[in-house]
Amino acid sequence: STRCLAALTPELRTTLDKVVTSHKVVLFMKGTKEFPQCGFSNTVVQILKSQNVPFETINILDNEMLRQGLKEYSNWPTFPQLYIDGEFFGGCDITVEAYKNGQLQELLEKALCS
Amino acid sequence: MGVTKEDVESALTSKLNPSHLEVIDTSGGCGASFTVEIVSEQFEGKRLLERHRMVNAALTEEMKNIHALSIKKSVTPEQWKQQQESEKSQSAA
Repeated sequence: STRCLAALTPELRTTLDKVVTSHKVVLFMKGTKEFPQCGFSNTVVQILKSQNVPFETINILDNEMLRQGLKEYSNWPTFPQLYIDGEFFGGCDITVEAYKNGQLQELLEKALCS
Repeated sequence: MGVTKEDVESALTSKLNPSHLEVIDTSGGCGASFTVEIVSEQFEGKRLLERHRMVNAALTEEMKNIHALSIKKSVTPEQWKQQQESEKSQSAA
C-alpha cells in the first residue's frame, strides 16, 4: 500500500517537532552517546562532549520508521543529524567544519543562553 | 547494486557543473562509501548546509545505495583558488 512510502506521517512530524524543540541540542545517531555504533556518529558525540553542553541522543537503529521519517523531516539522507535550538544544523562533515572554525561553539553558546 | 565512482562523478558533473571534482571511493570497492571534493560556481552565496544539500540532491538516486558520503570540500572557484594559494605558501614557508 502507499502508506509504506510515507514514513513521515503527520503524527511523526508532530512528535519530531516536540523532540527537537524540547531540548537545546539533539543528536539523532547510530547507537547512543555511551555506545556509538558508527564512526561518523561517534565523531559528533566526541565534539559535543568536548563543548561541555548537555545534549540528548536518539538511537535511530532502534526504530526503522523514525529513521526513514527523519530523512524526510530534515531533508537529509544520512545519519548522524544534529539539531540545535530546534533547527537542523547538519551532519558529521558540517559539524566538524563548524567545530574547527569556531561557529559551533558560538551557536551552542547562543542556543544555551536563549 | 553498488554505485561506482563514475556514477557519482557523472551525477555531480551534470547537476553542479564543477570546475574541479574529486571523488574517492572509500569503501574498498563495494561502492557504498565516498569522499567528495567539489568546486562549483553554483555554491556562490550559499551557506555550507545549503551546499551540502545541493550535493545530496544531485545524488538522490545514488544515495539510496550509498552508506556514507563525506563532503570534505564544497567551495566556490574563488575560495578554491585562495585555499590552493595558501597551501602553496604554507608548504613553501
